[in-house]
Amino acid sequence: MSPRSEAGRPASPPAARSGRYRLLPYLLLLPGAAWLFLFFVVPLVQLAAASLYDPTGSLSTGYALTWAFGNYPTALQAYWPQFGRSFLYAGIALVLALLMGYPLAYAIAQKAGRWKNLLLVCVIAPMFTSFLVRTLAWKTILSDNGALVGLLRDVHLLGPDGRLLATPVAVVLGLTYNFLPFLVLPLYASLERLDRRLLEASSDLYASPLTTFRRVTLPLSMPGLIAGTLLFFIPATGDYINAELLGTPNEYMIGNVIDSAFLVRLDYPQGATLSFLLMSAILAVVFGYLRRTGTEEIL
Amino acid sequence: MRSAHRPFTRRGLLTGTLGSAALLTAGGTLTGCGTPAAQQTEEGCVSEDLSGTEKTLAFSNWPQYMDVDEDDESKRPSLDGFVSRTGIQVTYTEDINDNNEFFGKVQNQLAACQSTGRDIMVLTDWMAARMIRLGWIQKLDRSKLPNVEANLLPSLRNRPFDAENQFAVPWQSGLAGLAYNGRVTGEIRTVDELLTRPDLKGKVTALSEMRDTMGLLLMSNGHDPADFTAAQFDDALNKLKRAVDSGQIRRFTGNDYAPDLARGDIAACVGWSGDIIQLGFEDERIRFVAPDSGVLLWSDNMLVPNQASHKANAEELINYYYDPAVAAQLAAYVNYICPVQGAQAEMEKIDPELAANPLIFPDETMLARSRVFMALDEQQEREYESKFQQVIGA
Repeated sequence: MSPRSEAGRPASPPAARSGRYRLLPYLLLLPGAAWLFLFFVVPLVQLAAASLYDPTGSLSTGYALTWAFGNYPTALQAYWPQFGRSFLYAGIALVLALLMGYPLAYAIAQKAGRWKNLLLVCVIAPMFTSFLVRTLAWKTILSDNGALVGLLRDVHLLGPDGRLLATPVAVVLGLTYNFLPFLVLPLYASLERLDRRLLEASSDLYASPLTTFRRVTLPLSMPGLIAGTLLFFIPATGDYINAELLGTPNEYMIGNVIDSAFLVRLDYPQGATLSFLLMSAILAVVFGYLRRTGTEEIL
Repeated sequence: MRSAHRPFTRRGLLTGTLGSAALLTAGGTLTGCGTPAAQQTEEGCVSEDLSGTEKTLAFSNWPQYMDVDEDDESKRPSLDGFVSRTGIQVTYTEDINDNNEFFGKVQNQLAACQSTGRDIMVLTDWMAARMIRLGWIQKLDRSKLPNVEANLLPSLRNRPFDAENQFAVPWQSGLAGLAYNGRVTGEIRTVDELLTRPDLKGKVTALSEMRDTMGLLLMSNGHDPADFTAAQFDDALNKLKRAVDSGQIRRFTGNDYAPDLARGDIAACVGWSGDIIQLGFEDERIRFVAPDSGVLLWSDNMLVPNQASHKANAEELINYYYDPAVAAQLAAYVNYICPVQGAQAEMEKIDPELAANPLIFPDETMLARSRVFMALDEQQEREYESKFQQVIGA
């Protein structure tokens, strides 16, 4: 390949050119890298340092960096239920969102015809209003005296005193709803590129629709599926608005604890420690997931 | 393939980036060592007063905490009155929505003795107490506040966190007590009923504001929130914990309990008088209850932060709002407890019904029942707040 590709170009000293080419990508990366460094790496380092501050320090006396690694076991011991709950709720919400989101994305991408754009707008439109407003709207929908609870009581799915608001169900529903578009959009993007001739070929080769889905559609939509699940799961795990507004203290997730550590209790070392624990836990889950699904394209 | 240089791959780049990030992190951690103390002293952080030459004032307040003209929402009659009386131009900003959030907004400047760009800010007792303790608030010149001296309600003088009335002057006050929605439940008289009555199970909320909720619980146990021991606090906290564990208490809230109470999703709650009066205007079956064991009296206070450069102008404004006629004008709009004596007589001229409302102009029995929460030092504040947060789940 190499002699042919060089043939048509004007001759120039090879060393200088390869040097220039070698630097070019890095130069192009510079603005992005500088941005990442200033707004991601620097705060991250500060947070890491804060998580190792002397836990007996305080706002008025200041905090000293004493490499207090003991902050980690202490925080984990005190708040493991909220940690578990975060992953549990986000996991259940993810499964629900997949059950709803995959057919939805498939329908929009393959079956919607001229309604495609309208349906896409319907998925995106709620994002035009604030996250908070949407969650508050759910408070009205799930309200004890609302139509939905009334209906569920009438069909005896809920007891006469039963409620949805302020239960784990409400929190999981809120998470599912709020992060669904993050799952649907990447899925849609990869399903839209799906070549229909492959499906036809599959059925020509006597594959049942189910087998076609399992062996052709699903593997081809894998990049979108993985991107979508990550975009859904990561923010859902760290979310605290849904638990705060739709749940009770018994549904609080780790985000609520971090929020209160930083803003209410002013326990900065503990807040930083919990943030780091959450970050590492999510990273571990994500890497495990990517290893299993084995997609090089994502990384 | 050109073998002259290594291909530029995503994987290579990621490895490189992660590697350098890890190195930087390690390096950065070694150099960054702690945060400095935020404590300031009067000698260490001296503010210059430019009021003599600059007739301006920057005033930060909570939303809907100032009277507006009925026909033109952009006009604020009492504030305009101040401008025309003194010639001081006021920049009025409604940028305080939450004490903790606002603290986060100004803490870096105040900890470093820099200007926040504000001359007056309005914060609740406990936050005012914290800032005073940190040395972030300027001492007021009481000789310039004759109206405050003459008209401030006696219950609001010499409060625990500002024993000599040097730093904080109440803007508006309020009560923390009980409230219920008469459409959903019968009357509620005591804190114990709220925490144990079976028909209210899962239909009760309490405030996430530790001092309000715990103050009421302490009083229901016969203790004094202005002066209690750690054991008494634990006792009251256990009572709260039992109600949380049994599912009696559904949630801990900020202001957001109000729509839930109006809808009837919650039947009864620990709430603030001002909110309940406003709900009561729309639905008379929503009532505020001052339990016999006592209610908590809190205030939002005008404070002049360090490096505010118009302290004398600020004092003029504080003094102006303690003129009973002005105070009545404000109270007629905001419906909280008016901290100014004599305003009740002025209110008779504006709206006799409001003048007779004990939740705006509390009578002797109400005031006798009300207490101000004790001032906590940093250690206590953290200890109590952590214990309380554990119980309310965060």
